[in-house]
Amino acid sequence: MFKKLPFILMTLTFVLVLAACGSKNDAGTEGAASNGSGEAAAELSGNILAVGSTALLPLVEQAGQKFMAVDEYKNVTVQVQGGGSGTGLTQVSDGQATIGNSDVFAEEKLEDEAKVKELVDHQVAVVAMAPVSNKDAGVEDLTKQQLVDIFSGKVKNWKDVGGADKAIVIVNRPSSSGTRATFEKYALGAKMDDIQGSIQEDSSGNVKKLVAETPGAIGYLALSYLDDSLQVLKYEGVEATVENVEAGTYPVWAYEHMYTKGEPDAATKAFLDYILSDEIQQNDVTELGYIPMSGMKVKRDAAGNVVQ
Amino acid sequence: MNNKLKPRRPLKEKHYWEEWTGRIYTSICVVFLIVVMFSIVYFVASKGLSTFFQNGISISEFLGGKTWNPTGEPAFYGALPFITGSFITTLLAALIASPLGLCAALFMTEIVPGKGKKILQPAIELLSGIPSVVYGFIGLSVIVPLLRSIFGGTGVGIAAGCLVLAVMILPTVTSIMADALSALPKGLRESSYALGATRWQTIYRVIIPTTLPALLTGVVLGMARAFGEALAVQMVIGNAPHVPTSLLESASTLTSVITLSMGNTTMGSVHNNALWSMALVLLVMTFVFVILVRLLERRNRV
Repeated sequence: MFKKLPFILMTLTFVLVLAACGSKNDAGTEGAASNGSGEAAAELSGNILAVGSTALLPLVEQAGQKFMAVDEYKNVTVQVQGGGSGTGLTQVSDGQATIGNSDVFAEEKLEDEAKVKELVDHQVAVVAMAPVSNKDAGVEDLTKQQLVDIFSGKVKNWKDVGGADKAIVIVNRPSSSGTRATFEKYALGAKMDDIQGSIQEDSSGNVKKLVAETPGAIGYLALSYLDDSLQVLKYEGVEATVENVEAGTYPVWAYEHMYTKGEPDAATKAFLDYILSDEIQQNDVTELGYIPMSGMKVKRDAAGNVVQ
Repeated sequence: MNNKLKPRRPLKEKHYWEEWTGRIYTSICVVFLIVVMFSIVYFVASKGLSTFFQNGISISEFLGGKTWNPTGEPAFYGALPFITGSFITTLLAALIASPLGLCAALFMTEIVPGKGKKILQPAIELLSGIPSVVYGFIGLSVIVPLLRSIFGGTGVGIAAGCLVLAVMILPTVTSIMADALSALPKGLRESSYALGATRWQTIYRVIIPTTLPALLTGVVLGMARAFGEALAVQMVIGNAPHVPTSLLESASTLTSVITLSMGNTTMGSVHNNALWSMALVLLVMTFVFVILVRLLERRNRV
């Protein structure tokens, strides 16, 4: 019995330490969250943790660096993590993150309606997508119906949509992806099932590489990824340009959301305002290939209704 | 009981405390490991099983269903395409890597033990240090276009996946096989030569049969690595959620679908839980691999 004593003792201490760690952590996050709202006027301080969408990550990261460099906000720390829109929304509604970055409206992802109601939406930029094909497809313009036929597997050869005699290879996103949801909702108008033989890649870089190299490939990419290695397809005769998106004539676009749980505290609000300021919107947002919010002449709600 | 043989208290107190510090330190590490291990198993199991117990998806639908469409109406949660994809890629990768690994190991230990080992060993160990995303990118830039130019089609698929995996598990397979071969008692080899056997006869009649269980351990550990590999495979395999009909057709593995979808789904949703169930399948498979290795080791000892 005596021999085993240290082992038992250590087990007990260890369990206690673990338990202590656990409760400490909880207190920590709650503390940080309430801290910011407490000391508003004098000097802003606090920790902002933004988690989620990898599509929005570069912008938030760059804006966060600039924000912390501003003298006024030097006591605020902004941490940015990827992980996907689903992770962002989960963590912000569980209170683990201050901001949840998402490519889609929370209504489209979260199943629990009560949780959606708690979240406040801050739209910081717009991302537009264009259908792209391999250069040998021989098509420059596709109608909505043609795209639906292609992505549902009804049309299997480019010659059926006025192109070369070449089999169509679909380079898609995984069914859970926000980019795919946007493309299906606004370009195709319906959810598509995965068809046998299609390719799915999650990173835009890989999609671009595969579409550029695979004969007969078709996919879709955010405007910032488009270049001469691909054939950018017009949608219903409309070219995917920033001007067309802003004017509302090109429909395949989505907001980039930064959700907070309830109204943001002072530090977080300052950060969100900073991202929406001309400083960021006119420089970083356009530089990184997003479309600034200020330029948008149309608005859209979660149900997809467009208002001028 | 044996107080008379061993005095309870050592002559110097210092040694007594040294002994205790060591014990306590090791105990902490052991307890930590056990706690971490059990919490991981508990976490994955509780999440993975809630698909069946809370969301009411039957286990047979999950394991045997061919349709995976979690965002559809109605939603289907059949993981069979991913399970078959994982098994086919793993088996094929092991089939390619094992003979190569065995030859490399024989070369290092039997054929050119001195120089061969000096050159080949570091080269092979270097392979295991390359990050898997690099393997994936090489696969996407070299293997996929190569397969496309030879067989036509897209080049993306199980064939590309298992070729990438084969290279990735080669270091594991080779180094374990080389260890097994060099651990063989010298006497066996010498007596075979003394009987007049040639080197080749010695290798395939004496060395390989005696070390077979240990060689298989290398293969199984390689397979365990291949089964759990995600990133590199995800880049080249195509990830379409269907049971593939040819090696050149896009398919998915359990790991690739988890990495693709985990971040995009919200915690607690059925889709997310189904992904955890797949993680549970992976965990169970790893247990199976570990048990296999244990059994092989036991046979090796006899």
